[in-house]
Amino acid sequence: MQPHPTPVLSLRGASTAYDGRTVLQDLDLDILPAQTVAVMGRSGAGKSTLLKLLYMQRPEAIALVPQAASLVETLSVFHNVYSGRLDRYSTWANMRTLVWPKAQCVSEIRDILCDVGLEAQMYQKAGTLSGGQQQRVSLARAIYNGRPILLADEPVSALDRVQGGNLLKLIKSRHATAVIILHDVQQALVHADRIILLDEGRKVVDAPASTLSAQDLIMRFGGLA
Amino acid sequence: MIAAGSQSAAGAHASWHPGASYRSASLWFAGCALLCLLFANLAVSALNPWIELRRLVSGILAPDLSSLDAWSIVYTIAFATLGVSLGAGTGLVMAVFYGHSRFVRGLAISLRAVHELFWALVLIQIFGIGPLAGILAIALPYSGIFAKVFAEMIEEADRSAERALPAGTSQVSAFAYARLPDLAARMKTYALYRLECGLRSTLVLGFIGLPTIGFHLESYFKQGHYHEAAALLGAFFVLIGTRRIWARAATMPLLIAASFLLLPASTGSASATSNLIRFMTVEIVPAPLRRADIEGLGAKLEALWTWLAPILKSQVLPGIFNTLILSQIAMVAMAVLALVVFPLVARRFTGVTGHYAGRFVLVLARSTPEYMLAYILLQTFGPSMLPAIIALGFHNGAIVGYLLGRHADQIAYRLDAPSGLNLYVYDTLPRIYGQFLAYCLYRWEIIVRESAIFGILGVKTLGYYVDASISELRFDRTLVLIVSMILLTIVIDWLSRTVRASLRISTLPTRLSDGQTAIKGAI
Repeated sequence: MQPHPTPVLSLRGASTAYDGRTVLQDLDLDILPAQTVAVMGRSGAGKSTLLKLLYMQRPEAIALVPQAASLVETLSVFHNVYSGRLDRYSTWANMRTLVWPKAQCVSEIRDILCDVGLEAQMYQKAGTLSGGQQQRVSLARAIYNGRPILLADEPVSALDRVQGGNLLKLIKSRHATAVIILHDVQQALVHADRIILLDEGRKVVDAPASTLSAQDLIMRFGGLA
Repeated sequence: MIAAGSQSAAGAHASWHPGASYRSASLWFAGCALLCLLFANLAVSALNPWIELRRLVSGILAPDLSSLDAWSIVYTIAFATLGVSLGAGTGLVMAVFYGHSRFVRGLAISLRAVHELFWALVLIQIFGIGPLAGILAIALPYSGIFAKVFAEMIEEADRSAERALPAGTSQVSAFAYARLPDLAARMKTYALYRLECGLRSTLVLGFIGLPTIGFHLESYFKQGHYHEAAALLGAFFVLIGTRRIWARAATMPLLIAASFLLLPASTGSASATSNLIRFMTVEIVPAPLRRADIEGLGAKLEALWTWLAPILKSQVLPGIFNTLILSQIAMVAMAVLALVVFPLVARRFTGVTGHYAGRFVLVLARSTPEYMLAYILLQTFGPSMLPAIIALGFHNGAIVGYLLGRHADQIAYRLDAPSGLNLYVYDTLPRIYGQFLAYCLYRWEIIVRESAIFGILGVKTLGYYVDASISELRFDRTLVLIVSMILLTIVIDWLSRTVRASLRISTLPTRLSDGQTAIKGAI
């Protein structure tokens, strides 16, 4: 038998409430290394809150893709992606990059933008991009951030299934561990190792993806397609 | 200025990229200011400015409260209350017609294009040094400002409630039920905030002889009695700081009545009406037209031109030139200061306690009358443009910085946003830059208007020549100069609107009087 691996993130009895309304209730959760976890559930089920709690556990080890793309619209795509690593360069280097980026930075970021299909838009202002493109910039920023655990809140919701699938593959290839909020049952089954379904702040499903079927999930989802 | 690294590829989209044009607009203004620096006299001619400055600071740190002249404080409140109330009332009536009548718009622009100090200089000639001149000097320009702002409020007001009224509702009832309730609250807040500006304006009127706080300040500063000046100035700041307590909708009727009863007696001029008639029909008529010996239209026009040409050449043109030099430099000084100080009032940068401290400092800075500041600096540095630039930059920079800080507080940063200088440059500044430019462009007209008043302190802006013509009692010249001042303001106002339109900055910046919610909508 394999020894049980140490979890990279774990919550014990997590409960939160906003304005007296319970969002998460007494939740236990261990995220194991090298696991891709899909979190699903209706809106208001507590998915984003769960992600936030996980982020608070180890911000220094996490690359985050927030729900709204949260880009600085008046900055170029390049600088938005670069800002994923602001904390690891000196402030002086960051100021310099604003005016005259180093060739090495440019080529690293160009590679990532290539992967998400936005190489041509590298020097456009983020505000001029479509919603789907902005989502991909946000993802590129997290990939450039490069920390081992990726937490993503609906990173592919504005993309079609094929594009979304490619990006999920990309995430898996770059980040050993990932917790991703997903909307699409098929995508979750194909790309995740483990699926967690939340309802009203509780885990109602937490099982390896291989043991679940689309039918199961849609039933438990309560009508959300 | 932002993201200069993106130049190469962004070039193709420059025509529709807001970022690219923000950058070029900023560079244009900065370049203009640099060019203006070549023409500006910035010398510090005082032999030992630091000794005087040290005396000033030590005086301010130890105010002499026993010397407080209570009546000057009472008169300041009374003039400001009555002037602002009269201005607000007149402005409201004008606002109703503002959208439809070109005449009313022109009248409002002309009234507000002339600074209250110049109104006071002229009105003192007609009514003597007394309450009437003081109150009207505030009321006239303020009515022009109120007309514009109230008209904007009427235009912006939410009209959905009005559409939901039953068909056949009369216009008056519709206005009273669906629009006035929303408008009244905003107008009230704005008018009460304006009272704060009115107090500042009234103080400054004392520098030219009206019996307000500035009258005593001027003589204290002139004689180097800094302890006494500090006490009076401290009282003024307390007055501004407690404005929300004593000036409310409920206390206004009482305040107005008390102001009437406590007004000082007028000195000089007993025959105000005949003075006014003589002023309007004789004194402001160009000198050659008053002469009986010139007959025929051709001869009159020729004489008029021989009279006008030298005024234009040796006063209006150099006056406009110097006004623009001063205002363009001051505008960039304001912009730089605002960008440096706004993090002081933004919670993300200075924390909860820190941002309250920052607010206190910036409110203090904006309440310091710029004219008085320039007056003090002139005493210490000697005559040049430098004191005026510092005063304008300081006052306006504090206002714009305060507003930007409040905008910065409204930004929804992402959870993993950086901090410190990285946050400032990569997250905050790019997001509020459009708003920042909007504020700068809005203050352009105000700075030009304020630049003129430093003429009274000897900087050769348009105001210098206005002041000279008034003391020479050549009011026909005064009229020419004031008309050119109005035209300059109109041109700047138009330029500012054009630049804003080309930058696609369409949202009206939030007024200082508006609450946090209004700012949220403006982003």
